[in-house]
Amino acid sequence: MIRLERRPQPSRLWVWCTPLLAVALTMLAGGLMFAALGKDPIEAIRTIFFDPLFNPQFASYSRPQLLVKAGPLILIAIGLALGFRAGVWNIGAEGQYIMGAICGAAVALALYPLDSPIVFPAMVLAGLLGGFAWAMIPGVLRTAFNTNEILVSLLLVYVAEQILAAMALGLLRNPDGGGFPGSRNLQQYPSAANLELIAGTGMHWGVVTAFITVILAYIVLTRHVLGFHIRVTGSSPRAARFAGVVPARLILICLGVSGALAGMAGLYEVAGPAGQITIDFNSGYGFTAIIVAFLGRLHPVGILLAGLLMALTYIGGELAQFMLGLPAAAIQLFQGMLLFFLLGVDVLSNYRIRIGRPGVA
Amino acid sequence: MTQPNSQEAPLLRINALTKAYPGVIANEDVSFDIGTAEIHALLGENGAGKSTLVKMIYGLVKPDSGQMVFAGAPFAPPAPAAARQTGVAMVFQHFSLFEALNVAENVALGMENPPAMGQLAERITSVSRAYGLPLDPARRVGDLSAGERQRVEIVRCLLQDPKLLIMDEPTSVLTPQEVEILFETLRKLRAEGTSILYISHKLEEIRTLCDRATILRRGKVVAKTDPQQASASELAEMMVGTALKPAARVTGMKGAVMLEVRGLSMAAPSDFGTALKDLSFQVNAGEILGIGGVAGNGQDELLLALSGEITTAAGTVRMQDDDLSQQGPLERRRAGLLCAPEERLGHAAVPDMSLTENAMLTARVRENMDKAGMLDWGAARSFAQDVIKAFDVRTPGPATAAQALSGGNLQKFVVGREILQQPSVLVVNQPTWGVDAAAAAAIRQALLDLAAQGAAVVMISQDLDEILEIADRFVALNGGQLSASEPVEGLTLERIGLMLGGAHGMEVAQGAPAHATAPQGGPS
Repeated sequence: MIRLERRPQPSRLWVWCTPLLAVALTMLAGGLMFAALGKDPIEAIRTIFFDPLFNPQFASYSRPQLLVKAGPLILIAIGLALGFRAGVWNIGAEGQYIMGAICGAAVALALYPLDSPIVFPAMVLAGLLGGFAWAMIPGVLRTAFNTNEILVSLLLVYVAEQILAAMALGLLRNPDGGGFPGSRNLQQYPSAANLELIAGTGMHWGVVTAFITVILAYIVLTRHVLGFHIRVTGSSPRAARFAGVVPARLILICLGVSGALAGMAGLYEVAGPAGQITIDFNSGYGFTAIIVAFLGRLHPVGILLAGLLMALTYIGGELAQFMLGLPAAAIQLFQGMLLFFLLGVDVLSNYRIRIGRPGVA
Repeated sequence: MTQPNSQEAPLLRINALTKAYPGVIANEDVSFDIGTAEIHALLGENGAGKSTLVKMIYGLVKPDSGQMVFAGAPFAPPAPAAARQTGVAMVFQHFSLFEALNVAENVALGMENPPAMGQLAERITSVSRAYGLPLDPARRVGDLSAGERQRVEIVRCLLQDPKLLIMDEPTSVLTPQEVEILFETLRKLRAEGTSILYISHKLEEIRTLCDRATILRRGKVVAKTDPQQASASELAEMMVGTALKPAARVTGMKGAVMLEVRGLSMAAPSDFGTALKDLSFQVNAGEILGIGGVAGNGQDELLLALSGEITTAAGTVRMQDDDLSQQGPLERRRAGLLCAPEERLGHAAVPDMSLTENAMLTARVRENMDKAGMLDWGAARSFAQDVIKAFDVRTPGPATAAQALSGGNLQKFVVGREILQQPSVLVVNQPTWGVDAAAAAAIRQALLDLAAQGAAVVMISQDLDEILEIADRFVALNGGQLSASEPVEGLTLERIGLMLGGAHGMEVAQGAPAHATAPQGGPS
């Protein structure tokens, strides 16, 4: 008989081992799936995890992509993790990401062609405020009317997508673009462009911000009273109130910070790798960041590693698509498996497996 | 009184029952007999193994080894339904009633083949009359007092004509008058030939009610005795294993008024909560005010209003010259008003956090554990260490999670954490609920010491013996209202019972047995 037995307290070892186990199980199950699709599983796994970094033919292109893709994932996931730790479920980071990009780009386009060092900081600020404001909608509705922030924030993603399309077709459309949808390309506007800081690394201001945020979030969670209150609220809301936490204030802080970080991520993306506001500007970073946040155990350092891993599966997945002809859906399934296995093996940090009859420990 | 006839074959013979859980042996080689028509006491501290034992009799838990014989036949119920069929019924300490349904519907839910509603209501009325347990089958359970809810459970059992009735800590939620009614009912049942297994840790009750007693300690039978022959202190010594020192009381000078509550009213925070209605009281320095009453009559709400988790109208909660009514928990702690809520896990402490983190939870502002929001974990750790040392908390160290501690040890930590912050006013709610006798004695002594040092202590408790032991003044909290306060010295249990509202619903009782303490029928 196999039984699960509750541990007296969560095992520290397993809290850190479960992500590795989840990655291993994903490789195994993914390999089986690739084999079922008629591909060599070993080659597929190697193409996804190994080739983007070490294959001499592709590495020079895909290595910088690692940071370009990981940057926004980490930035958004850090913000989400703060909320998730407190039991505040912001599922709409994608919408906040879009609104940040629109607001930041709008500032740049309004100032165009002004050449000044204040353009970029103003854009960052506008992006931050755009995401913050969008996240405040579920925040205020939750605190004032007790609506469900999961639903409201998620539905606002689709509203943001409509606004994005309207902006790309209307207000922000490039006047010199011959009527095509999409804004001016900000990469060609030096004061506004978020360019690579060190050639060949993919490092841009968004990546720098993400790294700084990781450090700040670590300090807040372990050493600051705000982080302590977030953790207490997440595990027992009544104890938090007893400790003096005002729940409404904490909800607004968590949603506001995660919205602001998602907005900044959107701004850095539109001013850098994407370059312009287009109808399909958003590429799902806001949703993937949820997986990254959980894969990283809602811990800043874990999120840093999980963001890099997730970026790798994106790049490797693309590579596998054109090298091996794997369908895009198989790659998404592969990424979904990662979250599935992580949540599945999570039980091991709170329970241990016992085989045999119950006895005296 | 019918004397138990132990020469006959017993109704239930328990032979060498053993049950182990990971890390603990709940019952080890437990054997005793319950005779026909006897009230048999099962006595033991919290954690002695009483609950596990009765769960095995009731078919909720399967023993690892050992046998039972019920009325001459082997008895190994695989589920409670089988036990009920054989004739075993049980009234649990925590009621399993649906508050939104009425009495008859609740009774029907617990029956194998409930009759039609109208018929059932008639049977409920007749049974409740026959045994002096007044109950209106059409009333909603959510509106009943704890004593009335217990009657629903008892009537539900009696409708099945049990041969053995198990009662788990039945008096913990009753007023003294209600206890008297319950005892009458139980004696009547015994006279009709029903056996009762009566679980309790209250010695006086057992001495007045029970014919025989089996005493459990750490899962083993340590004594079998006639409780009417043994003294309460002898029983206590058998139960605990050592002689307990009664709390030493130093009546010092009473100082100035430290906490004043005036006209405190508050809406119920939840659907089945209790609204507080115009409460007023004062506590002086060096004094312990005992607020008695059955839990669920506004005790939790009062604590929330005093801790600042819920704020109330201006001027209702004052400490000397400060009006704290509109202040949150942090400001109140700064002012020296500290609280220890009833629920240890999830309210007073975060279950999955370490003792260090739980020290930070409430001691941060008074013990200077942060500078500009940056936390000083070293200070929290050494404070947790101090609490562990000063209050003899048995734990490997401050890094242990709160949920890994036993109830008594965690309660010592929770109360100690507040006391070591040197409060001017300390409010505790059910400070020794579910705590073993040694820890309870230590906590009571700590409260007395704190008062002796000049603090004002408000002790909300449903344990009347505890209030009589250490409080200076007594007020009753019943239905969200407070009685006038009376000095504890010279207060009788009967008087307290009347302050608590007497026996709920007895004034409408028909056919209730006459008993010594005729209640005046307070607000119910």
